[in-house]
Amino acid sequence: MGVLTEFPEMGRTDLRDLKKGIDEAFRGFTRAYGEAIEDFFFPLLKFLVWFEKLMLATPWPLMIVILCALVYAGARSWVMVAGTAIVLLVAGYLGMWEDTMKTLSIISVSTMICIVIGIPFGILMAKSDRTQTIVRPILDFMQTVPSFVYLIPIVMLLGIGRVPGLMAVCIYAIPPVVRLTNLGIRLVDKDVLEAADAFGASPRQKLFTVQLPLALPNIFAGINQTIMMALAMVVVAALIGVQGLGSEVLKAVNNQYLALGIFNGAAILAIAIVFDRVSQKFGKRLQKHSEVIHG
Amino acid sequence: MASHGIEVKDLYKIFGPHGSKYVESVRNGMTKTELNEKHGHVLGLKDINISMPGGKIQVVMGLSGSGKSTLIRHINRLIEPTTGSVEYEGNDVCKMSKSDLLEFRRHKTAMVFQKFALLPHRTVIDNTVYGLEIQGIDKAEARKQAVKWIDRVGLSGFEDHYPNQLSGGMQQRVGLARALTNDADILLMDEAFSALDPLIRTDMQSVLLDIQEELQKTIVFITHDLDEALRLGDRIAILRDGEVIQQGTGQEIVLNPADAYIADFIKEVNRGRVIRVNTIMESTPVEGGAKVEIHAGDRLETAAQAMSSQEEAHANVLDDSGTLIGSISLKAAINAMVTPATH
Repeated sequence: MGVLTEFPEMGRTDLRDLKKGIDEAFRGFTRAYGEAIEDFFFPLLKFLVWFEKLMLATPWPLMIVILCALVYAGARSWVMVAGTAIVLLVAGYLGMWEDTMKTLSIISVSTMICIVIGIPFGILMAKSDRTQTIVRPILDFMQTVPSFVYLIPIVMLLGIGRVPGLMAVCIYAIPPVVRLTNLGIRLVDKDVLEAADAFGASPRQKLFTVQLPLALPNIFAGINQTIMMALAMVVVAALIGVQGLGSEVLKAVNNQYLALGIFNGAAILAIAIVFDRVSQKFGKRLQKHSEVIHG
Repeated sequence: MASHGIEVKDLYKIFGPHGSKYVESVRNGMTKTELNEKHGHVLGLKDINISMPGGKIQVVMGLSGSGKSTLIRHINRLIEPTTGSVEYEGNDVCKMSKSDLLEFRRHKTAMVFQKFALLPHRTVIDNTVYGLEIQGIDKAEARKQAVKWIDRVGLSGFEDHYPNQLSGGMQQRVGLARALTNDADILLMDEAFSALDPLIRTDMQSVLLDIQEELQKTIVFITHDLDEALRLGDRIAILRDGEVIQQGTGQEIVLNPADAYIADFIKEVNRGRVIRVNTIMESTPVEGGAKVEIHAGDRLETAAQAMSSQEEAHANVLDDSGTLIGSISLKAAINAMVTPATH
C-alpha cells in the first residue's frame, strides 16, 4: 500500500545535498565572476542614473512640453496631447512628480534596450527555422516563469538596485518584440520577396527594402506590448530596489495605505494608457499606404 | 545595346528532395504520373531545348501546370534546375556563383509578375526606381529614368500614389515601368497581363509592342492565352506537362499543329490575324495589273479588308522593297481564314 500512496522521492539528505550543491555552485560563480559582471554593467548603471537625474533636473514645465511634443510627434492628435498634459499635471499636484519621472526613466531605458536587442533577435529567428525552434522555448520561459524565480539569481549576482531591476523588467518585457518581429518578417508576401530576388537584391537589401518595412506594423504591435509588459513589472522591480511609482505602491501594500496605493496605481495606469495609445497611433500611421484602397 | 538570344539546353526540373536521382529514369521515358506515384517527386520540366532569339519576343504558352512559370524562373534562376543549362552571352546562368547571379539579375534581367508584386509601402516612383536602387545607382539619376518610363507607360501624375490606390491595369503599368527602368537586355514577363480585364490586356499588349519596336529587348513572355501568344510572339513554344510539344512562329503552329492537342487549341483562333499573305499567295502577278497592292508580310485580315473595300477580287503582292512578287485572290484569302472543318 505504502508504495503507491507515498511517492518514491529522493532521500531527504540527498535532496538537501543537491539543493545545497546548486546553491554552493552558484555562490561560487558569484564570488568568482560577480565583480566582473557588475563592472560590465557599470556603464549601464551610470547611464541609468544619468538619465534619471536628467529627467529630474529638467524644470517641470519644460518636461511637460517635451513629453507633449513627443506625444504629438507620435500620435498627431491634440486630444492625446491634452490628455498627457492633464495626467502629468495631476500626478505632479498629488506629489508624484519625482516618482513619475523615475518610472518614466526606467521604462524608457528598458524599452529601448528591449528594442535594440529584441529586433535583431527577431530577425535572426525569421531567417532560420532552427534558430526559431531554439529561441521559442526560451521566450516561453521568460514569459511564464514567475519573475521571482529569476530575481533570485539576479539579486545574488548583482545585489539590489537599478541594474538588476532593469534586467528583471527586460527579461519579462522582451519576448513580444522578438516574437512579433519574427512573425512580421515571416508574413511578408512571398510574391514581393520574389520580385526583390528577381531584381538581384542581396539578403541585406531584401531585409531593409522589403522585409523590415512590411513587417513594421507587426514590429510596432510588439513594441507596444513590450512597453505594456515593462510597465506591469514596475512594482515587481520595486522589490529589488527600483525607485519610482512602483516602490510607492509596494510601500502602500506593506503599510495598508489605501490612498497612496490608489494614487500611484492610477499614475501607472495613466502612463500605460498614454504609452499604449501613442505607440498604437504611431504604428497605424506607418501603414498609411494600406489605408486607401482603389474602389 | 544589342540584346542577345538565350539558349535553354537539355533543361530538367524535378521537384522533390532527391530530384537529380530520377533524371535518368525520366530521360528513359518515365512519365510524370509514374514519377509521382512511385517516388513522390514532381516532374516540373523535361528535356527543354529552346533557342530564344535575341531582340525578339519568345512566348512560352501552356495551360496551368504545364511548367511555363517554372521555365521562366530558370532564366534568372529563381528556381534551381535539376540539370541542364541556360546560356546568355556564352555564360551558363545555372553555373554562376551567388555574386555573379546577383549581378546578372541586377544588370541583365528585369521581370514583370502576374500578381504585379509591387512594394505596397512605396509610391509608384519609389517602386519604379527599385531595380536601380538595388544596383546602387545615384538617386537623382534613378528618379530621372523612372520618371521617363512612368511617362512612357502612361502613368504621369501618379508618381506619388501608392499601389493599392491604383487599378489592376495601372498597377501592372507600374510593374512594367519598374522592369523597363532597370534597362536590362532581358525582359521576363510571367503571365504579366493575365490578371487584367480583356480590354486593358489588349491595351497593355499594344504598349508592350510599341516599346519593343523601339528597344528590341529579348523578351520571354509567359501566357496561357493563345490569342495573346499569337499577337505578341515572334516565336512560340507550347508546353504541356513540362515538355515542349511544338515550337515555331505563330503561323507555323496554326498551319501545322503538331498533334491533336494543339489542333484543339488553335481551333478558335482568328486565323486572319495570324497567317500572312506570302504563305498562300500565287507567285504570278494579276494579269493586266491590279488596283490593290498589299505587302507580303500583311496578315490575311488586312489583305481581305483592302480588297473588299476596293471591291476587287484580286490584289498584287509586294515585298518589303516594293518589288512585285505575286498575287492573292480574295477567295483564297477567305478560304485560308476559315477554320478547316477537320482536325
